[in-house]
This record gives sequence, structure tokens and C-alpha cells, in this order.
Amino acid sequence: MSPADGAGADQQAALGLPPSGPPRFDSVPAVRQGLAAVGYLADEGIAGVVYLADRLAKPVLVEGPAGTGKTQLAKSVAELTGSRLIRLQCYEGLDESKALYEWNYRKQLLRIQAGQVSGESGGPSGDPAGTAGSATWKELEEDIFSEDFLLTRPLLEAIRSEEPVVLLVDEVDRVELETEALLLEVLSEYQVSIPELGTVRATRLPMVFLTSNNTRELSEALKRRCLYLHIDYPDLEREREIVSSRVPGISDELADQVARIVRSLRTLELRKAPSVSETLDWARTLVVLGIESIDATGARDTLHILLKYQSDIERAAKELLSAET
Amino acid sequence: MLDLLSGFVTELRQAGLPVSLTEHLDAAEAVHHIPLEDREALKYALAATLVKSSAHWRAFETAFEVYFATRGPVGEGAEAQGDGGVEPEPPDTTGSGAQRGRAQGRGGGGGESMTPEELAELLYRALASGDAALADVVARYAVTRYAGMEPGRPVGGTYYLYRTLRNLDLDGMLERLMQATRDAVPGEQGLTGLEERLVADEYRARTERLRRAVESEIRRRLVMDRGAEALARSVRKPLPEDIDVMHATRDELATLHRTLHPLSRKLAVRLARKRRHGRKGPLDFRATVRRSLSTGGVPIEPRFRHPRPAKPEIFVIADISGSVASFARFTLHLVYAISSQFSKVRSFVFVDGIDEVTRFFEGADDPAGAVHRINTEADVIWVDGHSDYGHALSVFNQRWGDDVNSRTSVLVLGDARNNYHASESWVLEQLAHQARHVYWLNPEPRDYWGSGDSIVDEYAVHCDDVVECRTLRQLERFVGDLT
Repeated sequence: MSPADGAGADQQAALGLPPSGPPRFDSVPAVRQGLAAVGYLADEGIAGVVYLADRLAKPVLVEGPAGTGKTQLAKSVAELTGSRLIRLQCYEGLDESKALYEWNYRKQLLRIQAGQVSGESGGPSGDPAGTAGSATWKELEEDIFSEDFLLTRPLLEAIRSEEPVVLLVDEVDRVELETEALLLEVLSEYQVSIPELGTVRATRLPMVFLTSNNTRELSEALKRRCLYLHIDYPDLEREREIVSSRVPGISDELADQVARIVRSLRTLELRKAPSVSETLDWARTLVVLGIESIDATGARDTLHILLKYQSDIERAAKELLSAET
Repeated sequence: MLDLLSGFVTELRQAGLPVSLTEHLDAAEAVHHIPLEDREALKYALAATLVKSSAHWRAFETAFEVYFATRGPVGEGAEAQGDGGVEPEPPDTTGSGAQRGRAQGRGGGGGESMTPEELAELLYRALASGDAALADVVARYAVTRYAGMEPGRPVGGTYYLYRTLRNLDLDGMLERLMQATRDAVPGEQGLTGLEERLVADEYRARTERLRRAVESEIRRRLVMDRGAEALARSVRKPLPEDIDVMHATRDELATLHRTLHPLSRKLAVRLARKRRHGRKGPLDFRATVRRSLSTGGVPIEPRFRHPRPAKPEIFVIADISGSVASFARFTLHLVYAISSQFSKVRSFVFVDGIDEVTRFFEGADDPAGAVHRINTEADVIWVDGHSDYGHALSVFNQRWGDDVNSRTSVLVLGDARNNYHASESWVLEQLAHQARHVYWLNPEPRDYWGSGDSIVDEYAVHCDDVVECRTLRQLERFVGDLT
């Protein structure tokens, strides 16, 4: 592995990327165990991509149905690596003053006014054309466009942070196509250009996760810069493990039964298949109600936790529970 | 390895996946960081760097299996994993020799010398216990015994798969497993409905796993026989958005149905956004003044109202005769899925008679169900059940023609194969005068238009546009432009 590491570092230097520091993970199984230790049960694919993201210093674009633990993955990786999680929640109308940085214009105005007040005794100031004023003006300009007046927003904050960070750009598909371009510089070069200050570069490469609910096609440019990870509903064994580990006090039999019923439900044609988070809610409900083994009545009474559409509930009840006498 | 990767990338591009040069480079670097003998890890590394859409996953998986089935240390690693108890052997080119040798190592008899009963028994054991390694071994025996593969034949393996599975009789096996489970339950009532269903699903999942094992085993041998490039060409399948709706197989139709739902959601979101951001409305005076307070009363940044453009009305007139039925279904489905983007959607279906089917969609929260009801309940047969565009159009004009006004867009779906009836194209001319737009969507390839009894050219002169619409991709583009 060591020659490969060397090649990677050389390449990063050649590309002008900041050093990523020592690799965070030793191997794919190590990632998996680490995530399991912080309560996130990753499968081979998830662990593999997280490992690669660290080695290749690339952001990860996570897609998949709602409620399969996309956001949780970023949180768990932050917890595992002991990093701070910086989160940028995307929404329609997000712009650079919310995502990157903004000048604190109130403070700048105050600064100018304060300058005027103190300069009044010495003669007219703040006049760029005046001979005495030009030095002051230049000073003032340099002053009010310094870092003191800069409000950092999540992306810049993640870049400038001295401590290790995990940057989570949540629901990136909600921003407009044009706004996506804002992200590109950050994601590929790990730097932010501020006209008045110059370019701010990362001191330490952050790990970046982008999540998308796939409400629209993301741009090619963005996809190209990322590693792609599709998180689907887990298979039976993994779901059972997730239920056992996240729901305190659940018996193995019940966890098994829950996982199997959910799998059967997902094979039906439903408008919204039950997600992992809904499965967990359901399992918790069953535990609270003291149900040890699910029978048809128990299932029918609690089905509304798993399914959110009336037509789905009816169909599921018909398909799964109809043979009951 | 790099050569192999280049070949693989070329194959992905041929299959229609957009793989850029950067992504290729990323993949090449990613391979450095993972242990090569781990086939699963290799697969995920390549997927993460090369495939950027979940819809392309299947195409990727197929190509991956073909390209990395047997080669070098990768193939060997997979063998070692899959076999479980059996010790790995170096892959060789003769294939069946190795299979036989391995088979003798376990179970006491070679795949070919085993009787069908023994094989069935082994299969039963594998499915009942859910032992994945054993199932892989069974798959290997079964292929050796039943597929009857002949070297050098340029086929994709579907036939071999069919033959193997037919001999294994998986349905019968499922029945036997269920019976055994029922017998194993003590007491009089036996299994409850729910339990039975769960057990059946479990066995079904195992059977499905076995089926895939058989499939990949067949692929592996075909690759040994003919090489990856040749096989990749035979097993290449179109991406879901490129499937020809008119000639789709049942499997493909199922894929299409799965793709349709996210697609329509995506389209609806995009259209809603376009509507909101398309143009600026008139000046919003109040908002501008309020905004100006932060700049000391100087209205630096004017605010505008959001425009509320009139939503178009849509009339869909669809031919649902056998030849184009699946196409009409998809289009209706899609139009209704985004019906919130139109002020009104009315739909009519015809074969030689015509009937309004808007009522089926009203209040139904599931377009698929409504489309199904159309096929069974709509009254569309007038004489003989062969398409008659002329009659259908003139009846439409007579009964609903007055409802078409200058806000209406009319969509006609069909191949215009009129069985040599009169075209009555004057109706369309009149509709074109009344309506805002008349579009014709033809699911036939453009080359076929006007051949035989197709009279699309006769209608085309009266339409704003006639669009070839054979795949979801084309359909999506058309509907996107419509609003």
C-alpha cells in the first residue's frame, strides 16, 4: 500500500491540492468496524466508498431513497474521526452569502462612521479625491475588507478550519442548477476565492459528503467531481442488525420478524416503501407496546407507523394479512 | 490492469453510460488503493468512480461480471470466496475440467455424474438451509449438467439460463419447501397467513439468489469460451430510459414502470421551478420600499412579483389498440403524474370508437390503477376493434370539439396505422384552428412513417409538430417542453 500512498501524495502536490494529512483509515474493514462502533452499520459498499473518499481526497455524493441513513453516514464518520461536523442545509434560493461568506456591512458602516467622527477635528476625511484623504481612504478600504468584517458561512468555515472537519452538504438537489456552480470550486480545489482578500485555501482537507434525494438530475460537472454512493434499503441481515442495535430492549426474534415483514412490504408495489427510519420507529413502538411476537392484529394496528399513505396501508393489509381467519 | 480497465470503460460507454476521462482517471487511481484480490471491493471502487446514477447500476453490474469474471488474481479471489469450503484452484481455460475436479472434491460425485435426484436433493438442502456457499456449488453443478453449453456459439446465455432453470424446477422446489415448513409446525392450525407469507418470501429471496448464481456461472463460462469483448456485446442491454416502449419485453416493462415514478416526480419539480423562475413579473412596490429601508430609504434593489402564467390545458387522445397500447399507457401515466402542472387534463382513448376516460383518474391517487381500469372498462370498440383514426377523430369532434379552445393543447398518441379507413384529416385541421397547439406523438421509428397503412403524413400537415417518441428519454423531453 505504501507506494500507492506516495503516488497519491505526489499527485496531490502536482495538482496544487493541500496535503490531506495522514490517511484517516487503514483499510476498508477498519472503516466498517469503526462505523459499527459508533452505531452505524455499513455494508461493504458504503465502507469501501468512505475509505476511497479519504484516500482520493474526493467528496462523496450520496443518493438513495429517503430515510436510509444518508445524513447519518456523515454524522457517524464525523464521530468516528473525531471531527467537527459542519452542515450546509440546501434549499431553493440558497446563494453565496448564505453558503460561502458575506461581508458584515453593518459593522463596515459603523467603522466608516466611527472614522468620520474621529477625523472631523483634523479636517475633511473620507474624500477619495483629496490629497490627505487618499491615504486614509486606502487604509479604510483595507481595513473594512479585512477578516474582521468577514462573516464565514459553512463552506468557507469548513475550508478555514484548523481542526479536522466533516462537511455535510445536505439535500444538494434542492438548490438551483446555477447555484450548484458555487460548490464546484470548493469541492474540486478545496479553496474559496474572495475578490477583496484573495484565495483562501484549506489547511487540512475536509471530508465532504453531499446528499441528494434525487428530485432532479444533478449537473455532470458536480457528479464528475464526486465519488458516487447509492444507499439502498439494506438487505435482511443488515436490517435485522440495525434494528437490534438501535432499538434497546428488542428481542432477537422480534427484530428478525420486523426485518422480514418490512422486506415483504418492500416487494409490494407501494407509493412509498417503508424506510429504515420508519422500520426503527415501528420496532420501538412494538417494544413500548410490549408486543413480543407480531400477529395479524398487532401488525394491522401499528401499520400506520410504517406506511404513510392510506392506499398503501390498505394494500399491505390485504396482501399480508388477508389469509388470516 | 490498466488495459483491462480501459476495455471496461469502453464497454460502459458503448452501453450508453456517460463516462468522462476524469472519471476514468479516478477509477485508475482508486484501484491502487484497494486490495485487488477482493472482487467486491473492486466492484464498489469502480462503481463509485464510474457510475453516477443508480439507474445505470444494472448495466454496470452486467459489464462488470463479464469483464472481471475470470481474469487474473481477481477471478481467483472470487472463486475462493464463493466456494467457502472448497479450496481455490487456479482458473484454467478449459472450464469444465476444473469444474469436474472441484465437484469431486465435495459431495462425492462430479456434476455430470450426479443423478438429477441427487442434484435436486442438494438444491433442496441449499435452499432450506440458506447456505450461500452450498447454493453456489449447486449452481455450478446445475450449469454443468443441464445447460448443455456448446463452445463458440455467439449467444448471450439466455437460452442456457432457461434450460438450466427449467430442469431445476424452482417453482416445484418452492412448493416442496413450503410444504415441509407447514409440516414442521406442530399443532393443528399450522402457519398463520402472515407467517406463511414471510416464509415464502424468504424462500423466494433464496431462489432468486440461486438464479443469479446460475446466471453469473453461465456468464463466467461464456467469457472463458469467447472472451469478454464478444460477450459484452451480446449481453448489452439498453438503459431504462432508452428502452423502446413498443418492443419492450416483460422484464423491461417492469423496469420502465419502476423508472417512471421517479422520472415523473423529477419532471414535476423541474417544471414547477421553471414556472416560478422563468420570468419576472411586474414591480412589487411594497416589497421594494420595505427593502429600501436597509439602504437608508434608497430603493437600490427593486423587487418583482412572481409571475403567474396561465397553465395550459391538455387534451390527450390516445390510441390504445394492441400495437401501441403500452406506449399510450406510459404517456397517460406520465401526463397524469405531472397533472398539477396543467390547469386541466382530459383524456380520451380510442380504437375505432372513442371514450372519455378522465373520470378514471379523478380521485385515484395512483395513476397505474387508473390506467389499468381504462384497459378494462373504457368503451372503445365500435365495429371490429381495429384502429380507425378517422372515425375516432370525427366522433371526438362531434362530441367534445366545442370544449377545445385557445388555451388547449391537444396531444394525439398513435402510430396512425389506419387499416386503410378514411383519414378524415379535416377534423384535425379544424382542431388545429381552435386549439393552441396540436401535437402528434408517434411511437414508431421515423423511417417507418408513411409505409404500409400508416397515414401519419396526412395528419402531420395539420399538426404543430409530429414527434418520434419511442423511449422514456424522448417522452420526458417532449413533456418538459410542453409546459
